[in-house]
Amino acid sequence: MTTLEDVIARSEHRSWLSRISSQQLFWVFLAAVLACLALSILTDSFATERNLFNVARNFAFVGIIAIGMTAVIASGGIDLSVGSTVVLSAMVISSTMEAGMPFLLAAPLAPAAALLVGLLNGALVAYAGMPPFVVTLGTLSAARSLAMVLSDNKMIWNFGPDHDLLIWVGGGSTLGIPHPLYVLAALALVMSLAFTWTRWGQHLFAIGSNENAALLTGIPVRRMKVSIYMFSALTAGIAGILMAGWLGSVTTNLGQAMELTVIAAAVIGGANLAGGEGNALGAVVGALLIEVIRNSLILLGISTFWQGMFIGTFIVVAVAFDRVRHFRS
Amino acid sequence: MSRLSLHSISKSYGAIQALSRVSLAVEPGEVLGLMGDNGAGKSTLVKIIAGNFQPTNGEIRIDDQPASFHNPRDAQRHGIEVVYQDLALCDNLSAASNVFLGRETMRRLGPLRYIDYASMNRVAAGLFRQLKSETRPRDLVRRMSGGQRQAVAIARTLLSEPKIVIMDEPTAAISVRQVAEVLDVIRRLRDQGISVVLISHRMPDVFGVSDRIAVLRRGELVCSKRADRSSPEEVTGLITGAIEAA
Repeated sequence: MTTLEDVIARSEHRSWLSRISSQQLFWVFLAAVLACLALSILTDSFATERNLFNVARNFAFVGIIAIGMTAVIASGGIDLSVGSTVVLSAMVISSTMEAGMPFLLAAPLAPAAALLVGLLNGALVAYAGMPPFVVTLGTLSAARSLAMVLSDNKMIWNFGPDHDLLIWVGGGSTLGIPHPLYVLAALALVMSLAFTWTRWGQHLFAIGSNENAALLTGIPVRRMKVSIYMFSALTAGIAGILMAGWLGSVTTNLGQAMELTVIAAAVIGGANLAGGEGNALGAVVGALLIEVIRNSLILLGISTFWQGMFIGTFIVVAVAFDRVRHFRS
Repeated sequence: MSRLSLHSISKSYGAIQALSRVSLAVEPGEVLGLMGDNGAGKSTLVKIIAGNFQPTNGEIRIDDQPASFHNPRDAQRHGIEVVYQDLALCDNLSAASNVFLGRETMRRLGPLRYIDYASMNRVAAGLFRQLKSETRPRDLVRRMSGGQRQAVAIARTLLSEPKIVIMDEPTAAISVRQVAEVLDVIRRLRDQGISVVLISHRMPDVFGVSDRIAVLRRGELVCSKRADRSSPEEVTGLITGAIEAA
């Protein structure tokens, strides 16, 4: 028979190894590392500088938005509109720059447009009490349509006088590391700290855990929700600018279905769709794992049609892992 | 001087009258047992005192000074603390984080402000000792027993040296031994001069600790008298309507 004292003693004297291994993040990270090791051995092309550079750059976009998505999911919501927000942001910056606006003036307009989408999402969820799934499904459709109107559904590939600057910002690298990766690293660091050490972070998890309790203790739940959806939209807006520079051209199908990859990355990284759990580093590792899978399928010569199968399996395994963990505790 | 007095408080939702002209006073160091059937208006009254709802009519006075609350923090500033029926705890946060929820202790680092977990844990540990609970501040609430969760919810009210603690069904979901502990806590609060409003369905608990009993029926106050001049039989009659008023 186990007494209360036994249980307390066990939980207090658990080694750091067992504590780490109870974290979903650890296993996802391990899976990503093993996949990288296997690929380095199985293929000549994975561990090349060029391929690693591509992997690093590709996963950064999903990773950046997955951090914003983690905030939304941890607060008990969902944001389906991020893919459309990406194209809206990219279209705002590319069309204003094509019209001759310098980068420094055009760059703030794109996140501003994204923030408006987030404000609309947040206001409808928080003040009108509408379900986030429905609200963001609406803005998913509306924001992409707005991007089409803005560009007349044409590809924009000429970014005006500051063309090279935008290409450098999104597609260039400094010290051999692609610029989007710097943005991702900075965002992951800041948000890891913010989730744990600020009132905003603490209240975000409180809302996701028990919204009624948060209300009763006087947390400004509505304002918090608006700020969370605006943050998620902001990450999509930033990714939109970087992707415009990386691709060198913007079409209205940019970021299509990206919301699903982003949600997958956040969930694989430990964000709980029921709310109350999630972390920034997990979102990054989740995005990394998805990109490594995608990259490995290409390098191994497996049809990329299998990609969805692998990602789907990982999502289900991640959620199943979470269930087992909760069942044990 | 009354610690808390309600003057002719009414609350209506459209055509529905949840409370009509309720007047009630609680003295310092007094335990008031508030009883009534489901839907009698107890929870509405609690939420008005706690600042979650504003009354349609009427006035709240704290120490004979008029007070109006726009949100729970206004009420907290006036020394009113509430233990809610479902305890209003966040399962994924630690005990200390729950105690401090909404009023976290912050530290400054240059222009930045961050949560001071060390001091929150220290203060919460002190409160749990005071409540004679073996709850540990760093533990997640998800893994706690009913009694420990109760301790967290009560510790939250003691954070700001309250004048009035309102407890909404604190003994509804816990074991018999834990009920005795909660009643002990109520007596200890009273001995410190804190006024307690105890809302409960359980007659023995209410008569065990209350100095005065008030009964609500269909939004109206039908009784407010000393507990030793009443009886469980009379209160049952008042709740059901068998006795009109007392």
